[in-house]
Amino acid sequence: MIRWLLLLLLAAGPALAVGDPADQLPNPAQEERARVIGRELRCMVCQNQSIEDSDADLARDLRRIVREQVAQGKPDEAVLTFVHERYGDFVLLKPPFKAATALLWGMPAIALLGGALLIRGMRRRQRVASGPPELTQAERDRLAQLSGRLRE
Amino acid sequence: MSEVAPNPEAAAWRRRALLLAPLAAAGLGGAGFYAMLRGLGTGDYDPRGVPSALIGKAPPDFSLPPLDGTGLPGLSAADLRTGTGKPLLVNFFASWCAPCVIEHPQLMRLAREGVGIMGVAYKDKPADSLGFLRQRGTPYARLGVDQPGRVAIDWGLYGVPETYLLDKGGIIRWRMAGPVTEEILAQQVTPLLRRYA
Repeated sequence: MIRWLLLLLLAAGPALAVGDPADQLPNPAQEERARVIGRELRCMVCQNQSIEDSDADLARDLRRIVREQVAQGKPDEAVLTFVHERYGDFVLLKPPFKAATALLWGMPAIALLGGALLIRGMRRRQRVASGPPELTQAERDRLAQLSGRLRE
Repeated sequence: MSEVAPNPEAAAWRRRALLLAPLAAAGLGGAGFYAMLRGLGTGDYDPRGVPSALIGKAPPDFSLPPLDGTGLPGLSAADLRTGTGKPLLVNFFASWCAPCVIEHPQLMRLAREGVGIMGVAYKDKPADSLGFLRQRGTPYARLGVDQPGRVAIDWGLYGVPETYLLDKGGIIRWRMAGPVTEEILAQQVTPLLRRYA
């Protein structure tokens, strides 16, 4: 039963908030462009959704602005810049790379490097530790005795 | 188990560091957490807060019609840029916004103290805005009506109330997203008004 429900969940597509056909552009190519742009923009009210996915009033206003500008023939970059100038870095779901965001972008590389160093350190210690233990004096004497006996 | 160079002194240091490192990390974490909680209490730290992109800039170009019945002039960018030689506040509000009711007494107090407050009625029916101001008083020197909410987007507004502080040269210096409570008034607005006077 649970398995079926999970399968059902997987089959469900993402629900897009632009349900109102009046808000969509008549030109499907332009509408697709507007959606791609909208998915790059964070809804400032709900913060974890793009404006395409959000039901908030402000998200709807921004969707309209994006569509207006796309219909006017503005390039994608210009539309994103328009919103970025007003709402700052936070509105971009993919923040720009600069000094303030260097740590954010660098974190995966830093984590990978840290992990690699950790693994190397552990391997090295293991190699040192797992060498055969040295023989004690008694064992060495016994070995000499045995090999002497073999040679006889 | 045999170490390469079992230097007893180094080993002792290492053991001590291994013991102290988690303690130090926990101490630092605790201090950070305490600072965060304190900030949440006083309103200095808001985890959902977003800095305004307009800080350090002049206000965007706009022109808003007046609210009939108030007798106040409308509001445009020119009114903010000429500057009165004093810092001023721009306050976005709506009659349907509950936190706006909370901050209203603070705005009234500032107005009584002679601080220039410019109002923008955001996405509100004019009759409702008028009723709101008639009931609670009008702290505004000028008042623009932004029913479609387009000018608000030029300001980077993402909810009401929002309050912006402009220095005497008309540059935006501070933005509060949320109500100007008594604490915010005492700890932030009043010192900022003094600093940018």
